[in-house]
Amino acid sequence: MAHEWRFRIIPRARARAVVCVCLAALVGATAAAQTPELRWGGDAEGGAPFVEADPGDPARVVGFEVDIAQLLADGLGRTPRFIQTGFTTIDASVARGDFDIGLSGIEDSFARRTRLAVTVPYYRFREILTVRAADAPRYRTLADLRGRRVATLAATLAFDLLTEAEKEYGVIVVPYEDDVHPYTDLAVGRVDAVLLDEVLAERGVRRHPGLTNQPASQGVGYYVGILAAENTALRNQIDSILKQAMRDGRLEAIFQRWKMWNDDQRNLYARVTADESGPPPQPQGSAAQLSVWDATLRYLPSLVTATVITLVLSVLSMALAIAIGVVIASGRVYGPAPLKAVLTAWVELIRGTPLLLQLFVIYYGLATVVQLPAFLAALIGLGLNYGAYESEIYRSALESVPPGQLDAARTLGFSDRQTLMLIRGPQALRLALAPMTNDFVALLKDSSLVSLITVVELTKQTTIFASNIGSWFVPGLLCAALYLLLSLPISHLARRLERTWRRA
Amino acid sequence: MSVLAIRDLDVRRGARHIVRGVSLDVARGEILAVMGASGAGKTSVLRAVAGLDPIAAGTVAIDGLQLSAGPLPRGALLRELHRRVGMVFQFHHLFEHLTALHNVWLALVHVQRQPQPEAERQARELLEHLGVGARADAVPRELSGGEAQRVAIARALAIGPPLLLMDEPTASLDPARRGELAATLRQLASEGRTLVVATHDEEFARACAHRVLIMDEGRVAR
Repeated sequence: MAHEWRFRIIPRARARAVVCVCLAALVGATAAAQTPELRWGGDAEGGAPFVEADPGDPARVVGFEVDIAQLLADGLGRTPRFIQTGFTTIDASVARGDFDIGLSGIEDSFARRTRLAVTVPYYRFREILTVRAADAPRYRTLADLRGRRVATLAATLAFDLLTEAEKEYGVIVVPYEDDVHPYTDLAVGRVDAVLLDEVLAERGVRRHPGLTNQPASQGVGYYVGILAAENTALRNQIDSILKQAMRDGRLEAIFQRWKMWNDDQRNLYARVTADESGPPPQPQGSAAQLSVWDATLRYLPSLVTATVITLVLSVLSMALAIAIGVVIASGRVYGPAPLKAVLTAWVELIRGTPLLLQLFVIYYGLATVVQLPAFLAALIGLGLNYGAYESEIYRSALESVPPGQLDAARTLGFSDRQTLMLIRGPQALRLALAPMTNDFVALLKDSSLVSLITVVELTKQTTIFASNIGSWFVPGLLCAALYLLLSLPISHLARRLERTWRRA
Repeated sequence: MSVLAIRDLDVRRGARHIVRGVSLDVARGEILAVMGASGAGKTSVLRAVAGLDPIAAGTVAIDGLQLSAGPLPRGALLRELHRRVGMVFQFHHLFEHLTALHNVWLALVHVQRQPQPEAERQARELLEHLGVGARADAVPRELSGGEAQRVAIARALAIGPPLLLMDEPTASLDPARRGELAATLRQLASEGRTLVVATHDEEFARACAHRVLIMDEGRVAR
């Protein structure tokens, strides 16, 4: 890339570095004003061979998409600039103009064609089933996987294929947010197969020697570039650049370099370049053929199921958090000094690190020791995290009960335990109710993080819905309404309880 | 025979000596008023007897049960102590989340292990005896100072202690109520209770106490 930013900040020379940064920014801005940019979006988390941080220089990205972006920019007389975007938000970002084109192993689909300007396909892939080598004889096709857990990337062609296989063969679909963990979980035995495109499947097998790819193709898809719907002029320019590169072998050179070239591409390029005006290869089935209303009706049952999962997960996690909170708070109020120190350290550790990290550690980090089912890992992660916050609420509530109440209890002969259960606890609970309600509502929403460890809850199901119909409007509204449906009654109940207690 | 016998009692708070060498005896059915300015050590003597503050030196004997210097009484000793001593605090410290009636029967059920209906009946009787039967279902915040005090007395008396300690009982009362309280205490004494009342209200002390003891800077002055 012609336009890169590389800083190495040495603490001793920080002031100088800041000046350099400012200068570099100025120079960069001037340069950008001189040559127009081709801003292209992708997800560097997708990794090689698509887009990944250059291992030798993490400030740069490398991958076949990077090379294609360079090819397109050259053809347009522009300078390519990479913009990092989460894989699931590339469509929305390009539609709102965050960048000119999305290139990140993006699959052709009806949803994308309806909502966006889609380029001609530049790569044809097969959906490949990956299994553990020992299972290779018995799991050859999706039909062999009845009642088995099959991992994939959410909101992809493979996910659609699996959703159909779920109905047809009774496989259990386990959607991931990234394309690395399906293979690590397959290796440790958490899932029994992975269905993803051959590029990812090849990489997965290279990284995990115990895995093997089944030769049969389960479906075919295409990688395309996506632009905002109104950007058809640029799309047409890009299409001619791509076709030209197909003819003169520059695209082949790129895929040769990344060891992805095969006869499928030769055939694809022949078809795309021969038929200048005809329709591009049709993508396989997807919900986007339906109207928004029909799609909503179709997705409503799964949204309701996901809402139930969110609710059950939140209620159980909150129950666990309350139990943990009570134990920690009691230890910190009544325990000996060393116990208090340990508990304080624990609370600070949990509060001071991101919930997301904790979920990853519990689900993926511990996988070599204990393979917790995703729902249980989510429950434990949320429970432990919120338990730390609850304990602080209870501790301060316990300490807010006036000492006179405790003196009175003592002179009546109550033991410490009885005083806690009959007098201090109930009074503290009244003080804790409002912050607890607050925490529960926060937990309802934080529970959406567990989609990163494959639990399909409300937000995740909404994301799937939105990417399949290619719009966030209706799914977003529905999702918000469902969350409110869960949280409003709880807030209402808490307010009523508070009023009753205030009167009592 | 005295219900309460204190010998050479010392109480400290940190490095400070709050009570020094206090000795006193109170006979059954007697009302002793302990007077003195704020900070004279009246409340600290009551708190040491009630097992709320540790005794630094000396002994306290209550109806045959002996407390001596050392950590706060716990377990069986604490239960024995509270069978003998009831305490009414200056600010009553009624359990804020419970009704007046519930405040009175709570210890009967959970400490004395009486069945709840029996405990409730007894609690209601006590409240009526003290003239606050009509307020049984009110919560502490709804009670006036005088009512709260009567509920607190009922709560302390419920477990039937021979000795009742009261800290500044007139602080929350208007003059008319002070007369009523003096009469109530006299009646309790005539029923055989022993009362130690810490107060700086001289008129009240004269009206109800059989004997007055003056404290000054932690010592018995006369």
